[in-house]
Amino acid sequence: MNARTLNFLGMGLVGVIGVAFLILTPRFAELDAVLELTIYMIMAILALSLALIWGYGGILCFGQSAFFGLGAYTYAIAMFNIGESTVPLLLAIALPAAFAALLGYFVFYGRISDVYLGVITLTVTLILFNSVNSTAGPEFHIGVARLGGFNGIPGIPPLNYPGNRTAVIDLEGMFYLSTAALLAIYFGLRLLLASRFGRIIVGIRENERRAELLGYDPRAYKLAIFTIGGALAGFAGCLFANWGNFVSPTIFGLAQSAQIIIWVIVGGRGTLIGPIVGCIGIQWLTTALGANQPSGSDWWTRLLANAPLVLGIILVAFVLLVPKGLVPTLGDFGQWLLRARTRRTTSALEPKQAEER
Amino acid sequence: MAAPLLQTRDLSMHFGGVKAVRNVNFTLAEGELRCLIGPNGAGKSTFFKMLTGQLEPSQGQVLFRGHDISHAHAHEIARLGIGIKTQVPNVFDGLSVRENIWLAATRIHPSGRVNDVVDEMLERIDLTGAAERLVGQLAHGQRQWVELGIVLSTDPELILLDEPAAGMTHEEVYKTAELVREINRSKALIVVEHDMQFIRMIAKQVTVFNQGSVLVEDAVENILRNPLVRDIYLGKQAVA
Amino acid sequence: MDLIALLAIQVLYAIASLALISVGLAIIFGMMRVINLAHGEFLMLGGYAAIVATSHGISIWIAMLVVAPIVVGIIGVIVEMTIIRFLYGRMVDTMLATWGLSLFLVGLTTAIFGNTTVGISAPLGSFQIGAYRTSGYTLFVIGVAVVVLAGIFAVLRWTRLGLIARGTMQNANMAAALGVNPPRVYAVTFGIGAALSGLAGAVLAPVSGVFPTIGVAYVAKSFITVIGGGAAILSGTVSASALFGTINQIATFATTPVFGEVALLATAIVLIRLLPQGITGRFFRRGL
Repeated sequence: MNARTLNFLGMGLVGVIGVAFLILTPRFAELDAVLELTIYMIMAILALSLALIWGYGGILCFGQSAFFGLGAYTYAIAMFNIGESTVPLLLAIALPAAFAALLGYFVFYGRISDVYLGVITLTVTLILFNSVNSTAGPEFHIGVARLGGFNGIPGIPPLNYPGNRTAVIDLEGMFYLSTAALLAIYFGLRLLLASRFGRIIVGIRENERRAELLGYDPRAYKLAIFTIGGALAGFAGCLFANWGNFVSPTIFGLAQSAQIIIWVIVGGRGTLIGPIVGCIGIQWLTTALGANQPSGSDWWTRLLANAPLVLGIILVAFVLLVPKGLVPTLGDFGQWLLRARTRRTTSALEPKQAEER
Repeated sequence: MAAPLLQTRDLSMHFGGVKAVRNVNFTLAEGELRCLIGPNGAGKSTFFKMLTGQLEPSQGQVLFRGHDISHAHAHEIARLGIGIKTQVPNVFDGLSVRENIWLAATRIHPSGRVNDVVDEMLERIDLTGAAERLVGQLAHGQRQWVELGIVLSTDPELILLDEPAAGMTHEEVYKTAELVREINRSKALIVVEHDMQFIRMIAKQVTVFNQGSVLVEDAVENILRNPLVRDIYLGKQAVA
Repeated sequence: MDLIALLAIQVLYAIASLALISVGLAIIFGMMRVINLAHGEFLMLGGYAAIVATSHGISIWIAMLVVAPIVVGIIGVIVEMTIIRFLYGRMVDTMLATWGLSLFLVGLTTAIFGNTTVGISAPLGSFQIGAYRTSGYTLFVIGVAVVVLAGIFAVLRWTRLGLIARGTMQNANMAAALGVNPPRVYAVTFGIGAALSGLAGAVLAPVSGVFPTIGVAYVAKSFITVIGGGAAILSGTVSASALFGTINQIATFATTPVFGEVALLATAIVLIRLLPQGITGRFFRRGL
């Protein structure tokens, strides 16, 4: 079995499991479980956005939450002003994409190195957080939408079917929408990465100078992939604003950015399924640990319920011990097993062949 | 007379107070094969980096077919038709041999033809058998061939080779010389090399660099007899 | 006139506090090329160390100037030996691991001290400038910054430790060949950087209070100061602090503290774009 067949098998498996999950979940799960799973799907889209630009583009962005938050805020503000969700949805994708393009132009065409890129994206995220956080007064509004500062924006109207503002998408509808979007984005990105553009992106990640000497402009390719990542994160932000009907500046926070990084590093850079698995796994873990806290519980349960503490340990442990992430490491392990088996079968054959001779 | 393929005028590169290359006036005709020799630190690699846009000259000009490319980006120069094989193999180590060649070929060939072109190139550099292996796992000599394959796949008009025979076995050196002569039937080349035998196999005209400037430029027989060249360069080789 | 004097003191204070919060990071980054994203938490730990020590009856001066640096310095050495040591040369991985450490420390302090702000009142009262009053503690912070920077200068310039440090910074292999033990130099350097961060965190604790996530407020500012300053530890920190502190304070004065901060961060981004090597990469290349 060669790598190509394995690849197709893997994609088929993801497709089958994904569609089964999409169709079956609302039939068998309680509504609150569906609601919980919906947020996992939305965050998985966010995880994919960083998986794309970091795992494949090699661009370490510490501020992916900036695009996410911008998408959420754009949707909220546009929705209050327009009332029909088609344009707000598109704006929630276009505005973060444009912002990513601007920032990317500044960074890539300025030839700023990887490390500084991390610091710049982090700084931009903090600027957004600080600015939005301080807009609590009634004087801060865009159209009829008040920004609300640290209180956030409550009561955001939900998405509706395009063109019909009374046909609102309900909670179950949100599940279908988020899951279908995740699947579509996953397969869309697979296609993108298998295309000429995607392969050149990976080439640039592998050796930027060589790609340049072959006649590719790394700046343009990086800008393009960064913009796509910004658009995806913005879209996830729009879904997020819908899910809770609420946004607040914590969405821009460093804690949020750290989470996205952790999903990708736990799942594995250079894969798409890894960050999805990492995202869902980590979210489930933090929810499970956090919920499991009856009053008066002993100190270690409280410690485990402490999300930053657990996430911090996970991040350090993965960087030190499993730097490739779960999925690639499992892949390596599987290959090793396969090779070990082939070795055994060949060594078992050899004496026999010797006899035959 | 037609414009030369490549011409530099007073080309200089300063790093802080150090003048790595100074006032080099160099001309290469269409289809010519030129060897560059000179001791380590003579400025040959810096010269190559300026020709390919990896370094911006401190002063002077590089003209390629009459276009001033002194301040062009590396990728623009590559698109104009200058390809380089660097001294240390500069390849996509994390990708397979086939993917390496494909990345180069896809820039100029339409998607329908590119796979055939890749197969031909794999034959030509004798790596068809290793096509699916990761380049990072290949031996040094083979990685040199991969890089040569990459460069040839973009079909440049002028190819710069920085020490193509370094680290190769005698047989591989011979094969490389063969390939260089073959390439020279349709392309111009500049080859930096220390291996005198290799130079004898391929060269007609040789330029000698010393301390950042051109010391002398002459036919290969004369260069080998030139006492000045022996002094700064061959003398050391003969001792070694 | 009084207003100008007041403003001058405020600007000096902004510069001094920026320099204080950044200098520990500058040492770690400048000498080891390690980007320590847990830097803000080192400052936070310094604040807690001072507060816990004072609540046990130790004089506030001893708590701030002695206990906090020692405690955080020891934590720094432990961090170097358990995490950083294994990641040298892998800049991005170091960033990620120290970010994990930062989350861990935030979680740990929240578990111990709770998610509330604790404060110690600033000693030294206030004094009069014409019609305005300002706190004497402001002058103390400026004084501490001057002493710390002068101390670093003296150590780098005139002591054996400074010589070893500069040598290792220039060329670790060469230093090793001369009999210096780079792992030990790195552990000591990291410890000193952490100790200075602890000191800064403690000295600023009476001004800002201390809470588990206060590190976030510090980390971006200190980073851009260090990167904006460039490779030279002292002249870099001083020049970048001077630039950013002045802009921050003037913007704060003209608008609100939040926009003062935004102005600072925005200036920094533009500066990094214009001078990727930092101010000292461009202007004072031979500085310390």
